[in-house]
Amino acid sequence: MDDARDSAAFARVILPHLDAAYNLARWLLRDGDVAQDVVHDAMLRAMTYFAGYRGGDARAWLMQIVRTTAYDRMAKRRDSREVPIEPEPVHEPVDPADDPEDALVRVQAHDTLAKALDALPVELRECVVLRELEEMSYRDIARVTGVPIGTVMSRLWRARRELLRWGQARCAG
Amino acid sequence: MTCEGRELLIQAEVDGELDVASAAELAAHIETCPECAALHAQLVALSRRLREEIGRAEAPAALRETLTARFAPIAPAPIAMPARRLAPRRFVPVLGFAGGFALAAAVMLAILPGDTGLENELIADHVRALQPGHLMDVASSDQHTVKPWFNGKLDYAPPVKDLAAAGFPLLGGRLDAVGNRTVGVMVYRSDKHLIDLFVWPAAAIGDVPTGSHDGFHVVGWSEDGMVFRAVSDVEAGKLADFARQWRSAS
Repeated sequence: MDDARDSAAFARVILPHLDAAYNLARWLLRDGDVAQDVVHDAMLRAMTYFAGYRGGDARAWLMQIVRTTAYDRMAKRRDSREVPIEPEPVHEPVDPADDPEDALVRVQAHDTLAKALDALPVELRECVVLRELEEMSYRDIARVTGVPIGTVMSRLWRARRELLRWGQARCAG
Repeated sequence: MTCEGRELLIQAEVDGELDVASAAELAAHIETCPECAALHAQLVALSRRLREEIGRAEAPAALRETLTARFAPIAPAPIAMPARRLAPRRFVPVLGFAGGFALAAAVMLAILPGDTGLENELIADHVRALQPGHLMDVASSDQHTVKPWFNGKLDYAPPVKDLAAAGFPLLGGRLDAVGNRTVGVMVYRSDKHLIDLFVWPAAAIGDVPTGSHDGFHVVGWSEDGMVFRAVSDVEAGKLADFARQWRSAS
C-alpha cells in the first residue's frame, strides 16, 4: 500500500476520532492551545505507527498515543521550569492519585464542576474524562491508561468521591 | 455510609459494567439499603451533571483543517476527477462512474439525518466511498491479492470471494469505520453500480439492521462467526441476488 492510500485509510479510520483526541488532551493539559499542539503531534505519531495498526477499537488505539504524547509534554514542561514556583505536589510518586485529602482540599476551592474536575490529580481526572465524557468501557480505559482494570475502578471511585464531596460542600456552603 | 466494599459494585452498575446476575443481586440489595440506594442515586446524578455541564471539548476548526489537508487532501469536489491517484489501468472505467455519483453523493451526505443508527452509518460509509479516490485502499480483481492485504490490516481475516462469473466482479477492498470499530469492506460491481460488502466478527459490533433508505439498500447475513452487510443503490432484488450468489460461491 503506498503512502497516499495509507493516508486515505488513516483519514477514514483514525481522523473521525479527532474530537475525542482533543477532548482528552484538553483535560490532561488544561490548556486548549497546548492541547491543539499535542494532538497535532500525536496524529503525526499515529500516522507513523499506522502501518502496525491491526484493527480493533480505533479510538482506544489513538487515545493511547494522545495520552503518551500529552504526558511527554507535561514531563517536558516540568523539566523546563528552571525555578519551581512551589514544590512539586506530594502526590507524584507510585500511584500519584493516592492522596485524597490533598485532592479534597484542592478540589473544594473551586466554584464550578469543570474547575473541580481540573483540580483532580491527572491520573484520576483522565479516568473521569474517558468514562463520563468519552463513555469508554473499563477495559478500554485500562488499555489507554496502561493500568489494570482494578486500578481504573479504584481511581474512578476516588475521583467521583471527591467530586461528590465537592458537590455536598457546595450545597452546604 | 454505604455497606463496606459495595462502592465499586454500585459504581460498576452505574457504568454498565456489571453482568446480569450481579446487577440483579445489587438491585435487590439497594431495595433494602437506603445508604447504598443514596450512593447509587448520587453517582447517577454526578454522571448526568458531568455530561450536561461539561460535555466534550470539540477540536478547533484550524486543527481539523490542518489535519484533513495533511491526511485527506482530496476534497469531496464533485466534478474534478483525480485520475492521477488511480494507478491500475483496469480501474479507470470504474472510477468514471464513481465520479458520476459524486454529485449525488454530496447531496446524500447532507440529507442522511444525523447518521444515528449503524445502518445509516453503513450507507454514509458507502456514499463517502463513492467519492473520487475514496473507493478502495487495495484495487485488485484478484481475491488472492485482496485477502492477504486485509490480513495485514485487521485482527480478523475476512473471507474474500470473486463473483465475476455471477456478474459481480470484485474490484478491491478498503478499511472503513462502523461504530468505533475498523472493518474490512470488499467492493464489487454490478453493471454500473457498486456494492460494498462490510464484514466483521459477530462479537465486534451490535446488531445492524437491514432495510432501505433514500434509495440505498442494506442486506445482511451471518456465517462462520462473521457478520456481512451489503450496501448498494442497485435494485433490492439484484442486491438479494448478490447476497445469494456470495453465500453459495466457494
